[in-house]
Amino acid sequence: MNCRAEVLEVSVEGRQIEEAMLAVLHTILLHRSTGKFHYKKEGTYSIGTVGTQDVDCDFIDFTYARVSSEELDRALRKAVGEFKDALRYSGSDGIGQISLEFYQKKKSRWPFSDECIPWEVWTIKVNVVNLANEQERQICREKVGEKLCEKIINIVEVMNRHEYLPKMPTQSEVDNVFDTGLKDVQPYLYKISYQITDSLGSSVTTTMRRLIKDTLAL
Amino acid sequence: MDTDLNSQDRKDLDKFIKFFALKTVQVIVQARLGEKICTRSSSSPTGSDWFNLAIKDIPEVTHEAKKALAGQLPAVGRSMCVEISLKTSEGDSMELEIWCLEMNEKCDKEIKVSYTVYNRLSLLLKSLLAITRVTPAYRLSRKQGHEYVILYRIYFGEVQLSGLGEGFQTVRVGTVGTPLGTITLSCAYRINLAFISTRQFERTPPIMGIIIDHFVDRPYPSSSPMHPCNYRTSGEDNGAAYPSVEDSQEVCTTSFSTSPPSQLSSSRLSYQPAALGVGSADMGYPVIFAGGLNAAHPHQLIVPGKEGGVPPVPSQPAHGTQADHERMVMCTPLDGALYSAATPSSSEDTETVSNSSEGKSGSPHDLLETIFVRKVGAFVNKPINQVTMASLDIPFAMFAPKNVELEDNDPMVNPPDSPDVESPLQGSLHSEGSSGSSTGNTHDDFVMVDFKPAFSKDDILPMDLGTFYREFQNPPQLSSLSIDIGAQSMAEDLDSLPEKLAVHEKNVKEFDAFVETLQ
Repeated sequence: MNCRAEVLEVSVEGRQIEEAMLAVLHTILLHRSTGKFHYKKEGTYSIGTVGTQDVDCDFIDFTYARVSSEELDRALRKAVGEFKDALRYSGSDGIGQISLEFYQKKKSRWPFSDECIPWEVWTIKVNVVNLANEQERQICREKVGEKLCEKIINIVEVMNRHEYLPKMPTQSEVDNVFDTGLKDVQPYLYKISYQITDSLGSSVTTTMRRLIKDTLAL
Repeated sequence: MDTDLNSQDRKDLDKFIKFFALKTVQVIVQARLGEKICTRSSSSPTGSDWFNLAIKDIPEVTHEAKKALAGQLPAVGRSMCVEISLKTSEGDSMELEIWCLEMNEKCDKEIKVSYTVYNRLSLLLKSLLAITRVTPAYRLSRKQGHEYVILYRIYFGEVQLSGLGEGFQTVRVGTVGTPLGTITLSCAYRINLAFISTRQFERTPPIMGIIIDHFVDRPYPSSSPMHPCNYRTSGEDNGAAYPSVEDSQEVCTTSFSTSPPSQLSSSRLSYQPAALGVGSADMGYPVIFAGGLNAAHPHQLIVPGKEGGVPPVPSQPAHGTQADHERMVMCTPLDGALYSAATPSSSEDTETVSNSSEGKSGSPHDLLETIFVRKVGAFVNKPINQVTMASLDIPFAMFAPKNVELEDNDPMVNPPDSPDVESPLQGSLHSEGSSGSSTGNTHDDFVMVDFKPAFSKDDILPMDLGTFYREFQNPPQLSSLSIDIGAQSMAEDLDSLPEKLAVHEKNVKEFDAFVETLQ
């Protein structure tokens, strides 16, 4: 099974980084989250309900729908916040990318630790631009909004190809497929990492790999 | 083809398609209401949430959708379409989008109906939620108000795209293969509206990065009530909306407790349908039928002005779709979906409630406060135990301290608790005010020496803001405006007129000279 990889690129102003990343990540996770599973004795299960809410961006003319889960939102905001800080401190023309990876855990025998096998990776390449005046910023608001609309359409197109998805697990296997730690929704197991490239772009001078969501501590 | 599908699967599939169509219409129309939508996740499975998604059902929309479907299901050559159009206050209208739910002949016979098809339909609805926020009509719908409104129309049959103008674009939301055919959901939207919108319909964009979303709850609700001529059935309600808002504030005031804002918001939201008194007993969603049109006329869904942006939901779902449910085990009340939504404005609600409570409630409380203040002021340098409350005929006298020498009993330091039943917020405000007015000298006698509130009269009788407000709330009428005095002065003026005229006639030459200087 090959891991599906999708790449999106956006150019944003510094203050738009967070909202643009959240919009994309939340849209992906909206499609990759289900309600909480409740297993019954006879091996069947029922699924909880996923609510959604609209989020207006402050610095972009854009609104996106996300899963109504404060825990999930907090986790994403934390990751995006770190990415944004890293990106801004790397230099004025920083280029970076943030990756959202969905994986499955495969149990290994002792003493080997469980394997994490990615089945879908979304990479968002970000190019930070600097703008000179408010007029440019206003144009940027609208343009980035339009670009994000295109990205959402791209994401939806990929999602509806109905390509590989992990099989619905049994109760004993559910933690190998889903993140069951949230109280209201159940996304597929995911981790977020990011990379920062310096303004020269020729080499990666700073590589920081942060595993925001890592259910296994090695 | 049909024989490959067993009867139970066929039944299930028909049901899935039917409810998918209904939910699709709900998502599209709700996304064009002009407000942010918010529903709550629930970890416990409910019997009322199709496709495991919390999508509210607006009864009028469901009714219109069922009427359009007329018992049929989308099939080859028979598509369900939702047309979104814009209508200006001058009466011009323009089609913006056509959302199409179609079925083609490409079958996937091996797919499992009750599992895979259902989950894919759920995914498709999520995609629809995302895509409806992305098409150009979304931003237009968020700004609808006095200049234009957004209308919807549901029809069944052949897709009619001619009204979208030239060069319209299409976005495919997604497809789901079933044993009977492939369900396709797509949207065709007008593209030249962007030009129109920037010229005519968009507001002036902010200049210095002002966060316009901070005001999003205020302008939209106040502007979403449509042009008065459209507001037939709910015109009275619109007029009643303003006093009802005050009423709800009063109710919230009296029912307010130290509970968290979410409960305040919920009481406010649950109160609103009754206050607004709109047609449907369950929800405040009047559907206005544009006059003079035929049966296939567009419908305009109006959300009455309110804060929070969440439509009130009946505690008991009262529509046919619920009765059709057989899938899940339990039903939970739909008002579970209410509470998370108003959180952004809950602080606002609290503020308005506190303002209203300060102004409205607790005049006896103010009296109590007044008396105590006066007593403190009057007996600034005297031992407080000389003051006795027994001689005062004051409300809440039973809460007045019997021995006033104890500052613990003084309501300025420790406000009485029982009035909390009526206006606890007033009580808390009272305590805050008293702590400020006593300048922190809680252990000394109550000497208001340093504190000079604004508009306080003089040192002889210092008063706090509450007292001042009460006293000057109804100022006496100006003497010159009273009838008697006015009549007297008029009579005097008339009497003195001849004398004045004589004087002016003497000085005619001076007046003429003055006039000449002006020319």
